[in-house]
Amino acid sequence: MSKVTFDADFDNLDDIREFVGEAAGRAGFSDKEIYSIQLAADEASSNIIEHAYAGMKGGKLEIECSIFEGGIKIVMHDQGKSFNPSSVPEPNVKADLSERKIGGLGLYLMRKLMDEVTYEPLAEKGNVLTMIKNIGDDG
Amino acid sequence: MEITAKQFKNCDMLVVSGRVDSSTAPQLTEALEGVTGEGRYKIVLDMSNMEYMSSAGFRALLSSQRVCKRYNRGEIVLAAVPERIQEALELAGFTELFKTYSDSIDAVGSF
Repeated sequence: MSKVTFDADFDNLDDIREFVGEAAGRAGFSDKEIYSIQLAADEASSNIIEHAYAGMKGGKLEIECSIFEGGIKIVMHDQGKSFNPSSVPEPNVKADLSERKIGGLGLYLMRKLMDEVTYEPLAEKGNVLTMIKNIGDDG
Repeated sequence: MEITAKQFKNCDMLVVSGRVDSSTAPQLTEALEGVTGEGRYKIVLDMSNMEYMSSAGFRALLSSQRVCKRYNRGEIVLAAVPERIQEALELAGFTELFKTYSDSIDAVGSF
């Protein structure tokens, strides 16, 4: 299990992607799966930076990667604002240009790219986002 | 991420290399607005050297596509989309919104 605390800043997305990508590689994922995991982690981190810590400076994002037999678990912990994931409508990916909504895309991609995505807003300890992906589900 | 702009007789081209994410997507928006701000709405995005794009990049493209397609005055087309990015675009339902070409020469020729 490896754990790193990042400053909640978009400038750290490269490092965040590298951190999870390295863990995904060690877990035995294919290149395509590694990219998917990095993208999901990027989308999750971006949401935390942009929304959980909106208007706040000095926020921290703690990311923990655990490799298990057949997969990876990524846990992200932040101390920012909580939200209700079910309040974010799923984007209509078939809508035409004028009707396509811009919001909700990050969360949608996370759910599509990872096998399990769970979010726990915890009152004092902050918010915990858990994402799990199993090897070999999409090659 | 680096962006170079070229102008052709019938369209503009933006060659984007590197990674487009929440940190760098504003630069992509700025480059696109640099073209549309000049009243030019036919744009080829050459993605052959793009390593990565997140939804921040998709959103930048979506906003500009709306501007370009208004009044049927033009559009953004994508050239040489890397496989991983193509897969993400498909997942997000974006492949319906942008024509794609395997290379930039064909893309430029389409205008």
